[in-house]
Amino acid sequence: MNAPAYNFAYLDEQTKRMIRRAILKAIAIPGYQVPFASREMPMPYGWGTGGVQVTAAILGPQDVLKVIDQGSDDTTNAISIRKFFAKTAGVATTTATDEATVIQTRHRIPETALHENQVLVYQVPIPEPLRFLEPRETETRRMHALAEYGLMHVKLYEDIARFGHIATAYAYPVKVNARYVMDPSPTPKFDNPKMDNCPALQLFGAGREKRIYAIPPYTQVVSLDFEDHPFEPYRFNAPCALCGAENSYLDEIVTDDKGGRMFVCSDTDYCEGRQAAGHHGSLSAAPYKERAQGGSHG
Amino acid sequence: MVDLDTLENDQPLLVAESLSKSYGRIAACRDVSFALYPGEVLAIVGESGSGKSTLLQMLSGQLTPSAGQVSYRMRDGVTRDLTTLGEAERRFLFRTDWGYVHQDPAQGLRMAVSAGANVGERLMAVGWNHYGRIRDTSSDWLTRVEIDIARIDDAPRTYSGGMRQRLQIARNLVTEPRLVFMDEPTGGLDVSVQARLLDLVRSLVAELHLAVIIVTHDLAVARLLSHRVMVMKGGRVIETGLTDQVLDDPREPYTQLLVSSILPP
Repeated sequence: MNAPAYNFAYLDEQTKRMIRRAILKAIAIPGYQVPFASREMPMPYGWGTGGVQVTAAILGPQDVLKVIDQGSDDTTNAISIRKFFAKTAGVATTTATDEATVIQTRHRIPETALHENQVLVYQVPIPEPLRFLEPRETETRRMHALAEYGLMHVKLYEDIARFGHIATAYAYPVKVNARYVMDPSPTPKFDNPKMDNCPALQLFGAGREKRIYAIPPYTQVVSLDFEDHPFEPYRFNAPCALCGAENSYLDEIVTDDKGGRMFVCSDTDYCEGRQAAGHHGSLSAAPYKERAQGGSHG
Repeated sequence: MVDLDTLENDQPLLVAESLSKSYGRIAACRDVSFALYPGEVLAIVGESGSGKSTLLQMLSGQLTPSAGQVSYRMRDGVTRDLTTLGEAERRFLFRTDWGYVHQDPAQGLRMAVSAGANVGERLMAVGWNHYGRIRDTSSDWLTRVEIDIARIDDAPRTYSGGMRQRLQIARNLVTEPRLVFMDEPTGGLDVSVQARLLDLVRSLVAELHLAVIIVTHDLAVARLLSHRVMVMKGGRVIETGLTDQVLDDPREPYTQLLVSSILPP
């Protein structure tokens, strides 16, 4: 085999140092968006260029990498990034949350609780939580600097006025360490409580917007709300059709054009793990399904 | 016993001392001094380019004067030079103890956000965290500025010009400021709407004991609202005095010209 034409984990060492400095600063100021000199990556913006750069900067030869996209280990984005690092860094990859040391994620936090030796890297499209309320970047930076976050509540107010409840279901704003308001990337608000006091380090990379921010381990993360309209995580009211889980985040899958649908865990590793452990749902594959149908017909 | 209220009103709220602003060799505003007392309405009149707006921006801390200073008596009773305030303090002052009514409501409102949230924004900015109470206060203020409560969830871009201006006033007054700056608040409104707005402002000013600095080129507005008038020309204050005195018996030739330019009804 030819010698690789690129450095370990694709990025050159100078770039990694620059990104690591940004990461260290981000960890020192939880929730603060640190600008960094984002590089062109061999993938389009919006496919996780920020997350990939953060992962490349923190990855070591001993690391075990897991990549998920909307909770799934086997979608295009997840597979491509996993292969990318398998090829450029030669690191071991896994789909098991427990075994991974670095988990790059797009829009989900794994259901399995994270532990201290793990780093969760988020791919972030729009890091600025105030973006659609205040279009001027100079102004939003000043608002962060002075902790003027009244505007964030204007957004929640609008939700209640329009829909009767806080209808923001993803990218739900949080306050980190009682100081900075942060966009947790488009994770469902179901995942917000997992960020609070999490033992794992959480890093956020936005490639196009050239920002890195972080939540250090065991940091307080509070979802914004009103006293009379408290924060509530949202979940479809159904068990997983494959593993029967009652407390995992579910994807809705349309199965025909007659209104048929099924709800399954968005976290594929969690779902498979439960199925392997003998849990079953209403639409599980044979032999369980045959047994269930035999029972209902008999 | 000392009457605290009288004592309060005896001290000026805002003092301008020889304010000047020049842009290169052009002097937009020269040597303006005055004191404004609580509950007092001061009109600054003059033609376009006379330095009214520059003066208003300096008074409200948005523009740093080239010379002179503005001091303001804060809610805690301490009079402070505006330039010594930190940015955080200045911005806090701006959204609590002050109001600023723009000529163009689109500048003072969030056009894509509902009227209720527009009024509630200042409350949320000072830490109100109870939706029901914010909404009640918003509704209350919309009623006070004569906007139909049924429109509370509509965005101001669906409002007429007069309603937008009234909404802007409600948004500013919700934190009960002591001083409100108004920059041509009736500009661009037709006469009947103007009259209604002026009526509203006049009653609110009296009711809330507001101090107002109003910039206008319309002498009728000055006559209706203000206690005192400052006439500006070429960046200088050329005449100042009680409103009826200045408007009925103008001393300066320019003021006489201004007064005589009003079309007889």
